[in-house]
Amino acid sequence: MTALNIQNLSKVYENGKQALQDVSLCVPEGAFFALLGPNGAGKSTLINILADTVRASSGSVQLLGHDLLMERAWGKRHLGVVPQEIAFDPFFSPREILHFTRGMYGQSRDEVWVDALLERLELAEHANKITRQLSGGMKRRLLVAQALVHRPKVVILDEPTAGVDVELRKRLWDFIRELNAEGTTILLTTHYLEEAQELCNQVAIINQGRLIASQSMQSLLGDVASSSLCFRYEQAVELSESQEQALQAFAPRVCDGVLCLNLQHQGQHSNFDAAYQATRQCLGAPLDTYMRQENLEDVFLRLTHKDTA
Amino acid sequence: MRSMNILGTWTLFQRESKRFMRVKMQTIVAPALTAVLYLIVFRYAMGERQVPGLDVNYFTFLIPGLMMMAMLQNAFANTSSSMIMGKIMNTHVFLMMAPISPIEAMIAFLSAAVLRALVVGSVLLLVLLPFSDLHITHVWMILFYGVCGSLIMGALGLIAGMWSKTFDDMSMVTNFVIMPLTFLSGVFYSVTQLPPIWQALNAWNPFFYLIDGFRHGFIATGDSDPVRAVGMVVVVTLSSVTLAWYLWRIGWKLKD
Repeated sequence: MTALNIQNLSKVYENGKQALQDVSLCVPEGAFFALLGPNGAGKSTLINILADTVRASSGSVQLLGHDLLMERAWGKRHLGVVPQEIAFDPFFSPREILHFTRGMYGQSRDEVWVDALLERLELAEHANKITRQLSGGMKRRLLVAQALVHRPKVVILDEPTAGVDVELRKRLWDFIRELNAEGTTILLTTHYLEEAQELCNQVAIINQGRLIASQSMQSLLGDVASSSLCFRYEQAVELSESQEQALQAFAPRVCDGVLCLNLQHQGQHSNFDAAYQATRQCLGAPLDTYMRQENLEDVFLRLTHKDTA
Repeated sequence: MRSMNILGTWTLFQRESKRFMRVKMQTIVAPALTAVLYLIVFRYAMGERQVPGLDVNYFTFLIPGLMMMAMLQNAFANTSSSMIMGKIMNTHVFLMMAPISPIEAMIAFLSAAVLRALVVGSVLLLVLLPFSDLHITHVWMILFYGVCGSLIMGALGLIAGMWSKTFDDMSMVTNFVIMPLTFLSGVFYSVTQLPPIWQALNAWNPFFYLIDGFRHGFIATGDSDPVRAVGMVVVVTLSSVTLAWYLWRIGWKLKD
């Protein structure tokens, strides 16, 4: 079954800005799904439409087989959203906020679940403090607790770990992974691409309001990712216009003074030799040469850069 | 058709009520103190004078007006401050994301506004009663005008909160619209003391009917025609609540 089926979703804001253009996307039930994109790509607009804080201009969304845009009340009971911006009610404590949130979803008090959330999100000792006394990381974890307190079947996390330290982030992900293993569908946006690669089994990339990739993480890294041939010289590489033109076929880029060229594979063969010879002709013999397999970050940068260009 | 989210509505009402109880000094004690200060000032300024046209001591005339003014201002403050704080602190998204329908939101917000107004009104009555020979003559009038006035102001507070982007916008509405309307609607004087043109204009001012009707419940006399007053208040209450509900429903200034 599909947890989220988004079809031809578009959004044009009142100022004329087109934030989403005909985005169609399927999130399978039980998936740990990464929705990636550069800043301003339209991820938050998409999430805000799902959360009912922004209106869609056109398109449809099915949540667990129900029309989300028409059956809002049903949809909201099954959806939990962690908003990107930190938001907290300064009058109440985390425990009160969780009880209020659960109540507003029409669910009676559940001290055991609230205690479990506070414990797992390491907020238990701050549960009765007024929220304005909490640190930024604690407030963000409280947002996660709020999204989970009514036990939704689909959880959307819009950059939930921004400002959370490494150790806590790891423990937070362990908890989210457990929820996912128990059947909760997770849709995650993050700028920590290493995390997305490690956690998610599905991935979609949005750029300038359009969907440019949507597939399993494995197939994205297998099909789209390629290997690079890297050259290190005595001095940091700076390519002149003519050198860049000569190496154009290999999509040259310089990272930390190291020149990297894309290798293309056809069956057992690659254009390794052509790339090596072309570089030697342009820049001379390198100090060191090595191969590097692209990770999600490389694929993301390449796809979004290509799309923008 | 979806069933009503009764627990959600009740929870939102509790949240909105607990919020003002958390800052009692500001929401309950301060209005009581302000009213006492007004009374002290007017007691010495006006002495034992009677209100022209009404056979009532000025001091007794003033108390219900001050109560109603405080109730109206507090009902407005409860919804407007919740909305503007929610928008500034971004907590309004939690309300938008929750399965609370516009009708349920209206019930919760407006009930909390009425509760705050009634609490403030009761506290003022208890504080001011020892200083006067005031007594209740028509309970229904006190409750009718008190509740309708709080509903109108609660609804206007919601609308002002939806419209405002900053605390400054809200302060503009409070100081340039709400304060003058409540001050210039017969709290401190009988409208028969006004020049004819102002009396004619007052005939279309719903706040005048609210204050006059509420006072009538205590002093058994007033400046307005009771039938016209009830009609006017019912129409304005229904209109303001319907407008607030409609604007909430379309997400006016709340959803892009």
